[in-house]
Amino acid sequence: MIKRFIQNAGWPRIIIALFLLALFIAAPFVGVRVDTSLSNTLVRFGMNGVMVLAMIPMVQAGCGLNFGLPLGIIAGLLGATLSIEWNTEILAWLSGLGTQYKISWLNDMFITTWREPLGFASAIIIAIPIAAILGWFYGKLLNRVKGDEMMIATYVGFSSVSFMCIAWLLLPYKHPTMVWGYAGKGLRTTISVEGYWLHVLSDSLALNIKTDDINIYIPTGMLIFFAVMALLVWIFMRTKTGTAMTAVGSNPEFARASGVNVDRMRTISVMLSTILGAIGIIVYEQSFGFIQLYMGPFYMALPAVASILLGGASVNKAGILNVIVGTFLFQGILTMTPSVINSYLQTDMSEVIRLIVSNGMILYALTRKVRAGR
Amino acid sequence: MIRKLFDKIANNAVPAVFIIISAFAIPLSGYSASYLVQELLTRIGRNSFLILSLLIPIMAGMGLNFGMVLGAMAGQIGLLFICDWGIVGIPGMVLACLIGTPIAIVLGIFCGYIMNRAKGREMVTGYILGFFINGVYQMVVLYLMGWIIPITNPALLLSRGYGVRNAVSLLGIRGILDNLIPAIVTGTKDAGQFININGAKSFMMLQLPFIEGSIRIPLATLIVIALFCLFIMWFRRTKLGQDMRAIGQSQSVADSAGIAVNRTRIIAIVISTVLACYGQIIYLQNMGTLNTYNSHDQAGMFSIAALLIGGASVSRATIANVFAGVILFHLMFIVAPVAGKNLIGDAQIGEYFRVFVSYGIIAIALVLHAWRRNREKEAARRSLRGNKGGE
Repeated sequence: MIKRFIQNAGWPRIIIALFLLALFIAAPFVGVRVDTSLSNTLVRFGMNGVMVLAMIPMVQAGCGLNFGLPLGIIAGLLGATLSIEWNTEILAWLSGLGTQYKISWLNDMFITTWREPLGFASAIIIAIPIAAILGWFYGKLLNRVKGDEMMIATYVGFSSVSFMCIAWLLLPYKHPTMVWGYAGKGLRTTISVEGYWLHVLSDSLALNIKTDDINIYIPTGMLIFFAVMALLVWIFMRTKTGTAMTAVGSNPEFARASGVNVDRMRTISVMLSTILGAIGIIVYEQSFGFIQLYMGPFYMALPAVASILLGGASVNKAGILNVIVGTFLFQGILTMTPSVINSYLQTDMSEVIRLIVSNGMILYALTRKVRAGR
Repeated sequence: MIRKLFDKIANNAVPAVFIIISAFAIPLSGYSASYLVQELLTRIGRNSFLILSLLIPIMAGMGLNFGMVLGAMAGQIGLLFICDWGIVGIPGMVLACLIGTPIAIVLGIFCGYIMNRAKGREMVTGYILGFFINGVYQMVVLYLMGWIIPITNPALLLSRGYGVRNAVSLLGIRGILDNLIPAIVTGTKDAGQFININGAKSFMMLQLPFIEGSIRIPLATLIVIALFCLFIMWFRRTKLGQDMRAIGQSQSVADSAGIAVNRTRIIAIVISTVLACYGQIIYLQNMGTLNTYNSHDQAGMFSIAALLIGGASVSRATIANVFAGVILFHLMFIVAPVAGKNLIGDAQIGEYFRVFVSYGIIAIALVLHAWRRNREKEAARRSLRGNKGGE
């Protein structure tokens, strides 16, 4: 029974889970508060959850781990920056819509009170079609390079990020909070979302208990948003299309024989993955408070990939539970190692531990599947 | 016929595009020919060895060895030690190589072992392995050095007493190989100053009437590189080299021919890692400063991009590709920022452009390779079905 559990979970996962547990146990002894740590873990879980969720469709459809996540992130960044650039226009347009079609609830008061959530929604609504288009091309590309998806995805991500570096400088953004002050053009490296949609999800329905010995903050809204997205993915994977997608991932020959259009399913999965990546980064930004442009999205795929693998996914099988467990474990370690180890050793080893854990996990997954297939 | 033509163009498209880009960018940059030649010679000396280290795994069918950063890290550890001990000059470089070699061999065996367990996706595995070992390297250099591993030179250590500084000066071995045999090519009218300053005898000097200014040639480095090219040419003909090529053609056929596939693949990676270690040491003696936590990262990416720009593919690379790649890639490297500045008025754009090109070119090369392979697979399947000529 125990042996079977170890076999199912795999040694690396157990070691990492035990390590995290040890960190939580050790925390009070070195003067780190468990409740704040837990709250931080939850916040980071919510921030990163959707981006990890973006791995599922592609893994299930047999396209491998989505190292091309930066492509989705770019769509999200475009949505986020455009939502700020056009913020006034969008709100004015909505109010005009209300008067034109006599929608009584869509009045100015409603728009003023819901300004921030509306801005957030507009970011997502702008990002989705961009992500869908990029994802379509990306999917078509990946269909032509079956077997080498992961390496190519990595470099598609890298080259799109560096291409956008040029674009961020040249695109005709005008909004004064976003462009460089002295030149009047070219987007800044980090853009604050304060006053637009800072913490719209995190702070809605947030549970904040602050007494003398307890300090807990739960970003309920963000967690609910993640739960809804996870539920949507879960439902989608159980529809006809979703089942066909899983079939393509498990056995493409069999899927083709049963009349499934393999390439079409793969394209859909890549589009879905890219869209989720776009939504994921917007959720991340509203909690983080800043939009990071230029080289910001460069390495963002690795933590997401590592998270889902840590949660028990393999290169060709992943589920919602993997996302939840993995993101919690990974973000838990990221939160706990700096605080606990720093207080103990007086140095910041978190970066090193993050590198070793995340890449070790990916290596483990990459080398494992071959063994099973033999 | 048309397909053949298409294949030919596809095979050489990448270098062709680069020649065209350079042809436009060079006049835009406004650099003089002798400046460009000088820069290129320096960069050929600096980078060729690293790029050459990629050839052997390609021969063995393991694709682009993204794991070469492991070797680069081993070389850097060697350099850190000689800096600490204050050994300068050629003895310092040799000692750094001697220290780096065993580390590179161990890392190479590890890398080869991991890659054998991930056959068919060596590249992505090597790439992630680079990150993983980077974590271990950081742990060693940032925490263990000066604490468990004795490093005493305060110029090397962080002020807290352990861990190595972000930038380490390699003044002791700076340019030591490049200037071992001083050689200079100079225009007739500028020749005088060198004779006056240094005495003509210490220089191998070539006077050419059509050159303006002077060009220093890193002769010793170029000789080392040439020797290494000869080594690769010889190596291809040895039993081991032939085995590797057989494995590169087909692992199963090689296996049934009695070649120890896994063992040979590990040897290929070990050789590549050790050579990358030497390559990084040559690279850094030219640069003169070691970015403890970044130098190796860039080594991998730029070497691979340069090789691909030289017209190599994931499965086929020659020595000619290496030099064509170094020249074309670094030509763009030199002219792109200035050309960008003169064209659009923003040097940053040229800078981003060359980063974009480096990544984009790797992406395109990988796509072309996978595409072609899948097409061949499809064709093979079709021929098995029996309708050979038809589509």
